[in-house]
Amino acid sequence: MTTTLKEVDAVVIGVGWTGSILARELTKAGLKVVGLERGANRTARDDFSLPSVRDDLKYAVRQELFQDTQMETVSLRHSVSETALPIRRLGSFLPGTGLGGAGSHWNGLTWRILPSDHKLKSHLSDRYGKDAIPAEMTIEDFPVSYDELEPYYDRFEKLCGVSGRAGNLRGQIIPGGNVFEGPRQSEYPNKPLVQSMAGSLMEAAAKGLGYHPFPGPASNASAVYTNPEGLTLGACEYCGHCERFGCEANAKASPNACVLPVLLADERFELRTHAYVKDLVYDKQARKVKSVRYVDTRSGEEYEQPAGLVILGAYVFNNVLLMRVSGIGEPYDPASGKGAVGKNYCYQVSGNSLTVFFEDKEINPFMASGSHGIFIDDFNGDNFDHAGLGFFGGAWIQGGTSNGRPILTRPVPPGTPRWGRDWKKATAKWYSHAFNIGASGCNYAHRENYLDLDPTYTDALGRPLIRMTYNFRDNDYKLAEYLGQVLGRLGKAMNPTLMSSPAVRRGNYSVVPYQSTHNTGGTMTGADPKSSVVNRYLQSWDADNLFVMGASVFPQNASYNPTGLVGALAYWSANAITTQYLKAPGPLVHA
Amino acid sequence: MADDTILRRNFLKGAAAGTAAALATVAPAQAQTSAPAAPALPASNTPEAHPWLTLNATEAAFITAAVDTLIPADELSPSGSDCGVAVFIDRQLAGAYGNGARLYRQGPFLKAKPELGYQLALTPREFFRAAVVAANDFTRKTYGKDFDRLGEADREAALKTMETGKAGFPGFSSSMFFDALLQITMEGFFADPIYGGNRDKASWKMVGYPGLPATYKEEIKTYFGKKYDKPPRSIADFS
Repeated sequence: MTTTLKEVDAVVIGVGWTGSILARELTKAGLKVVGLERGANRTARDDFSLPSVRDDLKYAVRQELFQDTQMETVSLRHSVSETALPIRRLGSFLPGTGLGGAGSHWNGLTWRILPSDHKLKSHLSDRYGKDAIPAEMTIEDFPVSYDELEPYYDRFEKLCGVSGRAGNLRGQIIPGGNVFEGPRQSEYPNKPLVQSMAGSLMEAAAKGLGYHPFPGPASNASAVYTNPEGLTLGACEYCGHCERFGCEANAKASPNACVLPVLLADERFELRTHAYVKDLVYDKQARKVKSVRYVDTRSGEEYEQPAGLVILGAYVFNNVLLMRVSGIGEPYDPASGKGAVGKNYCYQVSGNSLTVFFEDKEINPFMASGSHGIFIDDFNGDNFDHAGLGFFGGAWIQGGTSNGRPILTRPVPPGTPRWGRDWKKATAKWYSHAFNIGASGCNYAHRENYLDLDPTYTDALGRPLIRMTYNFRDNDYKLAEYLGQVLGRLGKAMNPTLMSSPAVRRGNYSVVPYQSTHNTGGTMTGADPKSSVVNRYLQSWDADNLFVMGASVFPQNASYNPTGLVGALAYWSANAITTQYLKAPGPLVHA
Repeated sequence: MADDTILRRNFLKGAAAGTAAALATVAPAQAQTSAPAAPALPASNTPEAHPWLTLNATEAAFITAAVDTLIPADELSPSGSDCGVAVFIDRQLAGAYGNGARLYRQGPFLKAKPELGYQLALTPREFFRAAVVAANDFTRKTYGKDFDRLGEADREAALKTMETGKAGFPGFSSSMFFDALLQITMEGFFADPIYGGNRDKASWKMVGYPGLPATYKEEIKTYFGKKYDKPPRSIADFS
């Protein structure tokens, strides 16, 4: 039995970053909006407060804030010829659930992608020739340019109170910031975070090698800050509990701190928690989504919520799943290259790192924020010449610490046993005397990396799991080896007592070690309805009242952590909806 | 409490004697040489008089001996079990984690490449039950005794054989068990003491991790390049 509810102006599926932002913009435009959140409510007072917020076992290891794989997970195979098996326990990536989503337990790095990343395919063709891009590398341009998106990047950075230092202010290059970034209209809302010992060593080494170090753009406010919504963030306490934790100081930007207090106070918004969306009711003839069906996980009862406008703001995998089970758009077929739903799934070539050990320096790794450290972009994107290298793309490279929580962070020199007396001696000796230099590599689309429906395994609602067919490819392996050499140079330039060999991404993609929660693609944005799922305003080509948010719209993944781009695109789309779509509902781009 | 201890010790001795007798026909030399050593157990071999939630006596003895081998007592910290790590493991296996929380358990369960992660039908509690039986079978075959009855050098050698996947466990690799054992041992040693391990914040003192409240807005400047000298505090100190 399904209870049909009274129609509302708009439904937002998932109340994380994008759902909160869209709901806020739509209620401001006068719409009545219902937010459907599959998880529970979360408040700073009850869920992110001292002392329990510092419980490393509960949050970092037992995964308190993450999606429960007993409800749903994803299956993986490395190639189309294999049988996919379910990811039974989260490891490689950690999607969130509950009010605020993963936006409550991220690290806070808030990037803009490079202007050349925005037009990746045409940029590489122009610079290296039309035939330079391998046929199986199915990269595309974002149909939104850097200049078009700049005001929306700016808006999201101000919402979050990002701490950083501009490197390109309206075209003026500023040493000490990221000199490779696109021009920005304004300086970061907050000054950079306080320099750590690890950061200072990275900065000196990078400068010595002629690179261009800068402090990472951190949504960890370096000072008390009031955002344009009138909400006040506290100053970062450098507690070393960002990723996997809520923020007790309210200094880390999150939907819970930066948007939701205003939204929840607005009578035009209604939050429904424990509302697990099952599918969308799609009218193919009318090219509209009529309603959203969801299950109340407290009672098992099913509801149908009709709505004039539907915002799909779930995580990457759920966005693709809901499009597939609702029959919206043509599923991607890797054999023919036709169809677009599930196409261009990308990840991050991360986990390339090197550990440096300093006998005579106190690192105090536990005094840190999640985005702490000094970065270089000299080897990112197309900031360096790729002629003759055999790969495209690059990585941001960071030296610093994000935490010293000892269940997971205990560096020891290479060759140290994993247990016993010698392990204890090395752990005690080096715990506060070491840190990592790491590189987060881009991941460019490959014809055979995609998402579809698993033929065997199902979720708690009986729907197929999303099946990920994915592996690292030639471009990724070559990039990783190249990054290893750069890491080696940086490590050596620090003149450490000891250093490990660079560990770079080799072999098959593994779901076991944590790498990043930077899953992208599957509902990509593009200029052509045949090869993309949403248009440049993130509007579905197949249902004009459906807008799809989040990193699932990326055609490929740059090296940068995706949240900055996700937030900017959310504001960009919200602007198109409120200034264009609501006035004349229909396709915003004519194919 | 004292009575319980005696009962458990007697039970363990009985179990060991039975094992030695059963093995005698297969490996008399090993059984004979090991027999005299059995009564003179070092104190750390004996599980404390602790009311275990889920571990049986054999498992408690194994886990206690294992965590004391992985984290031996020295000038840096007491032994793993003296830090409460065996108690931690018992509680974890008895609770939500041990019973498969956040573990997708729908079949079919197929043999898989290690990159696909855990693919067994067993919960962590069931996995440890099967693995401790397999580990003791391995040490009885190799050394003539249950793991907890071995001297330190043999325990270390036995764990290394398991670590390298060469202990011949039925159903899954011994390295898979070793990795799980090492992981949960380190969790117990380094987690907040509220979970029963890391007694007296021994591991935090060992490495210099200050614990709570971790509010360093000013200290990140004043302690730049300097050793942080405040004693660690834990959740209970603020509750």
